[in-house]
Amino acid sequence: MNAENNIKTFIVKKPLKLDCGKTISEFPIAYETYGSLNKNKDNAILVFHALTGDQFVSGQNPITKKDGWWSYAVGPYKAIDTKKYFVICANVMGGCMGSFGPSHEDPNTGTAFGTNFPVITINDMVNAQYNLLDHFGIDKLFSIAGGSMGGMQVLQFISNFPDKAKTVIPIACTSSHSAQNIAFNELGRQAIAADSNWKGGDYSSEDTIPNKGLAVARMAAHITYLSKKGLQEKFGRKLQEREDLKFGFDADFQIESYLRYQGSVFVDRFDANSYLYITRAMDYFDLAKQYKGNLSDAFRATRAKFFIISFTSDWLYPTQENKEIVIALNSIGADVGFVEIESDKGHDSFLLDVPDFLSALKNFLDKSYTEN
Amino acid sequence: MKNEFQVIAELIEKDKKVLDVGCGDGILMQFLKNNKNTNIRGLEISKSKVQECIAKGLTVIEGNAEKDLKQFPDKSFEYVVLSQTLQAFLNPELVINELLRVGKKAIVTIPNFGYWRVRLHLLIKGTMPITKTLPDEWYNTPNIHMCSIKDFFYFAKSRNIKIFKSLAINNQNVSIINDSNLTIKNFFADLGIFLIEK
Repeated sequence: MNAENNIKTFIVKKPLKLDCGKTISEFPIAYETYGSLNKNKDNAILVFHALTGDQFVSGQNPITKKDGWWSYAVGPYKAIDTKKYFVICANVMGGCMGSFGPSHEDPNTGTAFGTNFPVITINDMVNAQYNLLDHFGIDKLFSIAGGSMGGMQVLQFISNFPDKAKTVIPIACTSSHSAQNIAFNELGRQAIAADSNWKGGDYSSEDTIPNKGLAVARMAAHITYLSKKGLQEKFGRKLQEREDLKFGFDADFQIESYLRYQGSVFVDRFDANSYLYITRAMDYFDLAKQYKGNLSDAFRATRAKFFIISFTSDWLYPTQENKEIVIALNSIGADVGFVEIESDKGHDSFLLDVPDFLSALKNFLDKSYTEN
Repeated sequence: MKNEFQVIAELIEKDKKVLDVGCGDGILMQFLKNNKNTNIRGLEISKSKVQECIAKGLTVIEGNAEKDLKQFPDKSFEYVVLSQTLQAFLNPELVINELLRVGKKAIVTIPNFGYWRVRLHLLIKGTMPITKTLPDEWYNTPNIHMCSIKDFFYFAKSRNIKIFKSLAINNQNVSIINDSNLTIKNFFADLGIFLIEK
């Protein structure tokens, strides 16, 4: 991850008070942009990434050399059309693609922060990213959009800055992390902590990093992004390059081999401590609690137009949780549309080629833009 | 746009906030938005119809009137429209109550089971009536609670629901229904439109 010349960064000079009580300043935010900002500066869309995403939304990711994580949705003439819109995405605080995170050097010790990095929240992330508006001289974003943890950031952003976006698109997300979601995140964190290479988070000075723990965390999480039907159709009980069971513990089944592969490629691009911090931020997310239990109050001050999207086979952030956001908005008469997209691809549907989803996203954005 | 929608649109003044329950592909919504500057929202059960509405730039929520109207606060719309779907609900009375809770007024249209062609079909053929407004067979019709214009009139009375205006549509002809012509209109109209309030 040393191709730092491919990473655009700006330093936030203003101090930022974090939810944990600490104040940070002079911290970096890494970002990428696509398309161009028009004269009126009214075509900007701020995209928020999910747990393991980064600022490289579209095109080729210069670090991993793979397609950007939202390449199906973002690009020229795509749902989020970069010929028309100026797309900005920042690496979240706590991440490992250039923004301020646990792998950064702690000036007090001269080594990486590790677990001395402050525990951050979704609120801290969006407050940090809000500085992008000043950086680009944008008064009001045309839209904010994101799926999963990106959707949580969307909700937090509009609640913190009610008049800074015209349209708001939270996708496959929740206003409050459920016990099940916390449980899966805890499983991942414990897998990392159980790796003897983790060393309480202080592994940067060593050559060995907690690859095994991080890979297991990724494998477990990856299952939650798919659906039972999707898995069954893709893998079933198919065997991996063998005629019959081997009566051992190698990867007999294709699904085993697939998960092992997912785990192994993940550790090349992601930092174990970042995984701990970001999952923690997700678990702490409870927007209603910030407003004394009334979720509607989070949106009372905004006139933005909302479009909420969920997926039938998403059991991690199920339709019901997305609908709770719709209900909170309707109860205050907000402008909110909602659709549940039919898909067998589970929570990952928002990242994949799901035509009904992509056309809904495109139609909503383009129609809202012409009505501008 | 069909005659029924023209009549509904005429009942709604400019610049109002309106909810179209079972908005379908959004034809009425679009007309109201463009011609009456209506702040219009839709509720629709079919995913593909919701997609069509989004493509028209309309604000629509995918949902079911029997379950999802409860999220709207009391009297949060000036008008709530329900076009030809009352008969498809498991509990039409509950839906009517919800329409009148959410809207200051409601506009309900019903395919009239008292229409002479319907009566004649059953009388002569002895099988369940099939007409232009009721095109399905008994075994695949979504219409499980059919009523006539007269039935709706009596229902409203028994529940102390005020009928501001009731209109009969027969092909292109629109006429006013009142207590004195109710029996005749119930015979000749294939569609009834009611503007109600509670």
